[in-house]
Amino acid sequence: MHPVLKLVVQRIALGLLLLLAVSAVIFLGVEALPGDTAQAILGQQATPEALANLREQMGLDQPALSRYFSWLGGVLQGDLGTALTNKADIAQSIGQRLGNTLFLAGCAAAISVPLAILLGVIAARYAGRWPDKVISGVTLTTISLPEFVAAYFVIFLLTQVIPIFQPVAMVFPGMSFWAKLHAVALPVIVLVLVVLAHMMRMTRAAILNVMQSAYIETAELKGLSPMQVVWRHAFPNAIAPVVSVVMLNLAYLVVGVVVVEVVFGYNALGQYLVDHVTKRDVPVVQAVGLIFAAVYIFLNMAADIIAIVANPRLRHPK
Amino acid sequence: MSDQLDQMIARVRKGAMTRREFVGRTTAMGVSAALAGALFTKAAHAEEPKKGGVIRIGMQGGESTNSLDPALAASEVPFQVNMTWGEMLVDVNPDGTIDHRIAEEVSSSSDATEWKFKIRAGVEFHDGKTVTADDVIATLKRHTDEKSQSGALGIVQGITEMKAEGDMVTLKLNAANADLPYLMADYHLMIQPGGGVDNPAAGIGAGPYKVVVNEPGVRHTFVKHANYFDSSIGHADEVEILVINDNTARTAALQSGQVHMINRVDPKIVELLKGVPGVQIRAVPGRGHYVFIMHVDKAPFDNNDLRMALKLAINRQEQVDKILGGLGSRGNDFPINSAYPFFDDSIEQREYDAAKAAEFYKKSGHDGSPIILATAPGAFPGAVDAANLFAASAKAAGIPLEVKLEPDDGYWSNVWNVAPFCASYWGGRPVQDQMYSTAYLSTAEWNDTKFKNAKFDELLLAARGELDAAKRKGQYSEMAHILRDEGGLILPMFNDFVSGVSETVGGWIDDPNGELMNGRAQVRCWLNA
Repeated sequence: MHPVLKLVVQRIALGLLLLLAVSAVIFLGVEALPGDTAQAILGQQATPEALANLREQMGLDQPALSRYFSWLGGVLQGDLGTALTNKADIAQSIGQRLGNTLFLAGCAAAISVPLAILLGVIAARYAGRWPDKVISGVTLTTISLPEFVAAYFVIFLLTQVIPIFQPVAMVFPGMSFWAKLHAVALPVIVLVLVVLAHMMRMTRAAILNVMQSAYIETAELKGLSPMQVVWRHAFPNAIAPVVSVVMLNLAYLVVGVVVVEVVFGYNALGQYLVDHVTKRDVPVVQAVGLIFAAVYIFLNMAADIIAIVANPRLRHPK
Repeated sequence: MSDQLDQMIARVRKGAMTRREFVGRTTAMGVSAALAGALFTKAAHAEEPKKGGVIRIGMQGGESTNSLDPALAASEVPFQVNMTWGEMLVDVNPDGTIDHRIAEEVSSSSDATEWKFKIRAGVEFHDGKTVTADDVIATLKRHTDEKSQSGALGIVQGITEMKAEGDMVTLKLNAANADLPYLMADYHLMIQPGGGVDNPAAGIGAGPYKVVVNEPGVRHTFVKHANYFDSSIGHADEVEILVINDNTARTAALQSGQVHMINRVDPKIVELLKGVPGVQIRAVPGRGHYVFIMHVDKAPFDNNDLRMALKLAINRQEQVDKILGGLGSRGNDFPINSAYPFFDDSIEQREYDAAKAAEFYKKSGHDGSPIILATAPGAFPGAVDAANLFAASAKAAGIPLEVKLEPDDGYWSNVWNVAPFCASYWGGRPVQDQMYSTAYLSTAEWNDTKFKNAKFDELLLAARGELDAAKRKGQYSEMAHILRDEGGLILPMFNDFVSGVSETVGGWIDDPNGELMNGRAQVRCWLNA
């Protein structure tokens, strides 16, 4: 078997094992939280009888272990079950929200990744000179702002001072693609501001690292222009570290943007997860947790594979 | 002068000017007060409802865990949503009288133990079926079943027999209750076809709008129910309720015109918003209140002198000014204010008195160890600040009050009803009996101060069946005194419902019964633009 293929198979198997472990950890975590779904639902209205009734109805009177395994059994058959709180079908609720999460992450990535790499290359080319300083200064400032501050700032600027966008970014099925883009403009701007610096700095550092090599000097002595040296000779060898940091940021865009979702009222997975954690709705937390874990595992795997494919020495081991 | 007057009348028509403002300004222009009052009434009523358009409300208080089952409604958005598609037997008018909805007539036996509701003819559910007395009874029956988890269980529990004869529903009670119509106005008791037994969360009712989209925690959209029985309300073609839990985003959505109304305007920014063109702030006094509750059966709170010391050691005016931004009123350690019928306004207001508090504290013989007050940001808006203010004013009286900050998450299961002294809130109830029965009767399920007083219970049950108004008022007054002087309740403030409303919205009426015109702003208001 080709070594790369073998690696992919190995990583997928390992990933599935990891997911299983993650599901157990999430289950234990939610169990360890004080209070259960029945208490969370009844809240200020919890009486002993009402609690007992509700627990029986939701099956919470069963031991934790048997609840976990009956859930696992369902998932293995492709059934995520229904939410304890409002009995909505989980797969259906998640479906649309996952789409929204990926749409927002996709838009933000489509802008931030090329922009970060381009800025990184420019910064590396002019390392230590004013373009480098401006790029680094601006992006480091935006990454230092907490997301909600950046969010409030763009809301103020782009809905009140220059009213061209909407502060509430909900998207619905039936909206045209352009209407959706218009709706998510503000959260996308915020996310781009937040992830840009990390990827840009890594690109810059990786390229500068390669620029120390002897073959770069050779390329320069051949009389290539500085930009050609960077693009043709330095960047291909800097791909591996850049890809890994890009993947990390993509993972963040999918799983870590709940604050941005809340501020813009964006109907995606993060807010959905937080609502259900508050209500101790285990099946939903499990399902969303698994999706997030799967995204992380998949993107990390992709980063490793790309790193190998991009490196001839790893691609053709002796 | 007439230009100015016209302008002001136009503002009144838009609902942008209150009667007081209008009369004040016009009399300043030389118009007599009587004429000014008449002009105001004419202007306010001259405004004809405009039909059509889409009314949008941005609201806090919705979660993706919400359901359309009216039995389960517990937060603001489900309440507003249910009031859009659902219809009850009766509702309560802003002036406290009964508004006849599905029941067109209500009557009782002379001892108030048997009540008859005449069902209005030709009221139609969204699925085309006609509302019958059987539907009403099936609905009430569902809420009496503990399995329905209904928030109205306590309300319907006292009904021992339900009977449908033709268009007449007869309810027999286990004890006299003069307030039964008010109990039937509870927002959980939406009449559903067949009682909603088969599918409680179907969202099919007899209300003015039909559910189109139900995405809990995101948005709810509705379209006009063409055969709605009451043509005087339900002006817009469509209604949209957007869940915007973030304060800043909600406010920005109102300012930018993305929504026409928002609930829960943060008191801290009310002054700033008042200067924004096109936006009005509506602060409506209601029955909701913020409380600090002591378990009267646990040391050291089992000592009435200590309780009295704490009651005297809180600066109520400071709390109203700083926590509510002045949008509220001082409480008097019993859960009733002037928004309730039979309120006795002659009961003396308890004031902050550090010297007297110190005296009571000394008399209680407390050992001087810290008295722990548990609070969390979510106990009520500003609960942590309020607790710290309380601790500071108590310190001035020499009482060692210490604030313990708890997390929001799990507060209602781990702290409330567990810690002997903690911050909490109540939304209020339409009538005094219901408020007292819910939380202060010895046997009440939610008796969160563990208050047990035989005399109080006796008065409560007697007042419940009392049809003589003067006698009833006396009984409630006596109960208020008992609770105020012996109870475990420290009630520093009643909070206003503070909403933001666009100037394009017409037909707004301040309603003390609940937020956003008791959940019906989207049904009763219209769009002028």
